[in-house]
Amino acid sequence: MTLVFEQLLNGVQLGVMLFLLAAGLTLVFGIMGVINLAHGSLYMIGAYAGALVAAKTGSFLIAFPTALLAAAAAGMLMETMVIRRLYARDHLDQVLATFALILIFNELITITFGRQPLFVSVPPLLNGSIELVPGFRYPAYRLAIIVVGLLVGVGLYGLIQHTRVGMLVRAGATHRDMVRALGIDVRLLCTLVFGLGALLAGLAGVMAGPILAVQVGMGEQILIMTFVVVVIGGVGSIRGAFLGALIVGIVDTLLRAFMPSLLRQVMVGSEADALGAGLASMGVYLLMAIVLLVRPRGLFIHGQ
Amino acid sequence: MPSAFKLFALAIGAVVLIALPFIADGIGMPAATTLATSMLIYGIAAASLNLALGYGGLVSFGHAAFLGLGGYVVGILYHHFVSGDPVFGWFAGTNQLIVSVPAAMLVCGLLAAAIGALSLRTSGVQFIMITLAFAQMLFFLFVSLKAYGGDDGLIIRRRNALPGLDTRDDTTFYFVCLAIAAVCWLLLQRFARSRFGVVLSGVRQSERRMAALGFTPYIYKLVAFIVSGMGTGLAGALLANHLRFVSPDTLHWTKSGELMVMVVLGGVGTLSGPWLGAAALVALEAILAAWSENWQIFLGLVLLVVVLLTRGGLDRLLRLLGRRSS
Repeated sequence: MTLVFEQLLNGVQLGVMLFLLAAGLTLVFGIMGVINLAHGSLYMIGAYAGALVAAKTGSFLIAFPTALLAAAAAGMLMETMVIRRLYARDHLDQVLATFALILIFNELITITFGRQPLFVSVPPLLNGSIELVPGFRYPAYRLAIIVVGLLVGVGLYGLIQHTRVGMLVRAGATHRDMVRALGIDVRLLCTLVFGLGALLAGLAGVMAGPILAVQVGMGEQILIMTFVVVVIGGVGSIRGAFLGALIVGIVDTLLRAFMPSLLRQVMVGSEADALGAGLASMGVYLLMAIVLLVRPRGLFIHGQ
Repeated sequence: MPSAFKLFALAIGAVVLIALPFIADGIGMPAATTLATSMLIYGIAAASLNLALGYGGLVSFGHAAFLGLGGYVVGILYHHFVSGDPVFGWFAGTNQLIVSVPAAMLVCGLLAAAIGALSLRTSGVQFIMITLAFAQMLFFLFVSLKAYGGDDGLIIRRRNALPGLDTRDDTTFYFVCLAIAAVCWLLLQRFARSRFGVVLSGVRQSERRMAALGFTPYIYKLVAFIVSGMGTGLAGALLANHLRFVSPDTLHWTKSGELMVMVVLGGVGTLSGPWLGAAALVALEAILAAWSENWQIFLGLVLLVVVLLTRGGLDRLLRLLGRRSS
């Protein structure tokens, strides 16, 4: 029972990370209509900036904001130099241009840091575990990730639903031309939204540092899953991204944790492990295919 | 209209393609033949993708599924041919190209029918993502199939045989690929001008208009997707023979991206574009990889410039040159 509970929490933790990435992706898609494959690169930049500063200063408290700033700056630069030219293009051009950006960012990182993965230690304050209920301990760092993610979720909800900027974002997502006609600088709005998305991706990246290896290609691994989240949740919806991320995170983690042992009851051990891992990896894609076939616009989008 | 320039270019192209292995041997660069074989094979794949992407407007981000599956059909048939036990306990493996390639096309056609039938219910980003999802499922399936090499892939010790030909010889295999590529080129040319091709273009431009004219867009898109998948499967089968190796790498989503790059580099929805794009990308990769370890950054920059600054790719560039000279 505690094992299931622990895996559920791990699932929520993965879901929270996916949400941080999906929020930016879905906002950018909703408002600007751009598919940004290079969103994973911003996550990678956040992770590398965090790892570098943490190694140099030894302080996670300095590394954290630096990573966010680095990712946001990279994102805004990306928007003004490349993404802005893609608003009027079709999806094919967007996919290819941002695919090119992935290649460029990956190689830039390889040239700067080499191919060896970097490892970041957990900040000392969060090193250890917390007893959630008597007899059940959970790593403090992972718990902190969940808390940060939930706080960001609440913060984004407040920002989008209850501020003037959020109002413009919502209006821009549905009636961009009308917002422009009312005298709002949509270009600036786009850059800011893109920067916000990049900042969140960087946040996910720097938090991922201590639990994953910081390496080239880490962005693509999580990017594809983030797309699954966005499509399942419904493109352009923050609420959808949040719920979709939790669903995908939990489904993926539980499948990975329990699929091999289920298969082992009918197969040989090593083959069951390999096939179980494969089937578990397929799970979220299968989920996405089913959701798209039943509700082509996503689970949490209502009406036309 | 077949202008003098176009005929001239075709004739030159044919002569160069036929003479290439002999020139390569003559100047002591036999590796050029191998490279040219890759170009032809990726040309077939890109031209097939262009059928869906260019003529049908179906942005498939999952064509690596067909490239990889085509290769795996060849690899698995060969694997069972060597070990002697039947595939799925049902039929024997083979090392005959004349069996394995049609089998690869058939399997890919069936997969394309299944993926297409489901995916075409969506459109736009959702279509891009669902095709990607299916390709990813296949990728993870083959990674986890330990019986067929899993992560490491399958080695095909000897190329599939063709009666009367020594396919182990690189030059012979080049000509086999050249012949198949030429047939594909002719078929695609016929296709683009056929009633079906014209209706498909109409569907791409306006689905509602074609529906109002009494056509069923879904059927046309589905058939285009299936034919596209079969062509890519053919390329995958040849690629596995060429490299004598097939691994989940050919199923990876970056492969789907590469195929799209080839089509766009050459010119979307044009007849010769994908072939030029495939040749250009394979050549670019070979040259850059020899020049710098970090060649992908240059590939990225070239790609970015092509997408942002040109519309129509290499095919349009050649057309402009042709217009100037005539």
